[in-house]
Amino acid sequence: MSGDDFYEAPTVEQVIDLMGSRFGGDVTVRGSKARRVFLSAGRERIYEICEYIQDVLNFEHASSLTGVDWESHMQVVYHLSNYYNGVMIEINVDIPLDDLRVDSVTPIWEGANWHEREIYELFGIVFDNHPELERLLTPCDYDFFPFRKSYKLRRAE
Amino acid sequence: MDMSLYPHAIAMSAAEYMSWSTAMIDGLLSSGMKRTVDKVTGPIWAWAMKNSIHPLHFGLACCALEMAAASNTKYDAERLGMIYRSSPRQTDVLIINGWISKKVRPDIRRLYEQMPSPKWVVAMGECAISGGPWYDSYNIVQGTDQIVPVDIYIPGCPVKPDAMIDGFLLLQKKIEKYFARGVFMED
Repeated sequence: MSGDDFYEAPTVEQVIDLMGSRFGGDVTVRGSKARRVFLSAGRERIYEICEYIQDVLNFEHASSLTGVDWESHMQVVYHLSNYYNGVMIEINVDIPLDDLRVDSVTPIWEGANWHEREIYELFGIVFDNHPELERLLTPCDYDFFPFRKSYKLRRAE
Repeated sequence: MDMSLYPHAIAMSAAEYMSWSTAMIDGLLSSGMKRTVDKVTGPIWAWAMKNSIHPLHFGLACCALEMAAASNTKYDAERLGMIYRSSPRQTDVLIINGWISKKVRPDIRRLYEQMPSPKWVVAMGECAISGGPWYDSYNIVQGTDQIVPVDIYIPGCPVKPDAMIDGFLLLQKKIEKYFARGVFMED
């Protein structure tokens, strides 16, 4: 992070240091390898964390948002990358089954819009403050969430 | 029946019209006129219709690329008279070439009903025949015949252009058979 002419993106170690010093116990580092940082975060501060990652660390690209159904809880996985040195941050956010809500990051990365809609239609996780949280590829009258483990196909045994 | 303006206009009620037209058709049938006209015009209709198949240009999925490839210089489906039209009002064949998601199902039914009769449906590729790789899926209709009646099934994943042309040669036979018996005043 030096020099005026060009921006030097934070390395893996710098990301870990900055996240630790900024958010303390709210973010835990699960590990890292070349150009990858694995983090876990609580869902209360996820918007703040993502805003910091986008604004200060300049991770301008939300590569992928995914849901995971672990049966005991659900999870939203964020893959955030930058265009400068290819570092990718992976954040896991656990969501309890009785309150499937998390803040939307669409105001930060516009590209997260359809990812979040897809997670909503497939897992039923509601994204607060999403501009248009409707089903994306399945018909609007579906009342089930096909990617949940509890959903069984018609002919499944 | 009001004949005061005959031959420029005839006013009649619906019941009068029905009895008039029924009597006319009965007359055509009993006098053998329809049979004669059918015998003369049936082969002409059959020849004309089978050699000018106008499918709807409706590409659903990857088999649509094979549909495009069938039109190129190597296969040249247009020598069979296949000209793709973009409006269902101008077509007589509906090609379903791909998976039908639940969201597109009402649109396909609507396109089918917008096409003028007589019309034929071709299910092209495994997805359109039975759902294919999306067997027992939560979002894919399990075959075109769940929505519209299908005349020709062309298997393949994806369908080769030669297979598609072969299917349309079969469809030509079916069209010929339909028109050769005569369709005079049947609609």
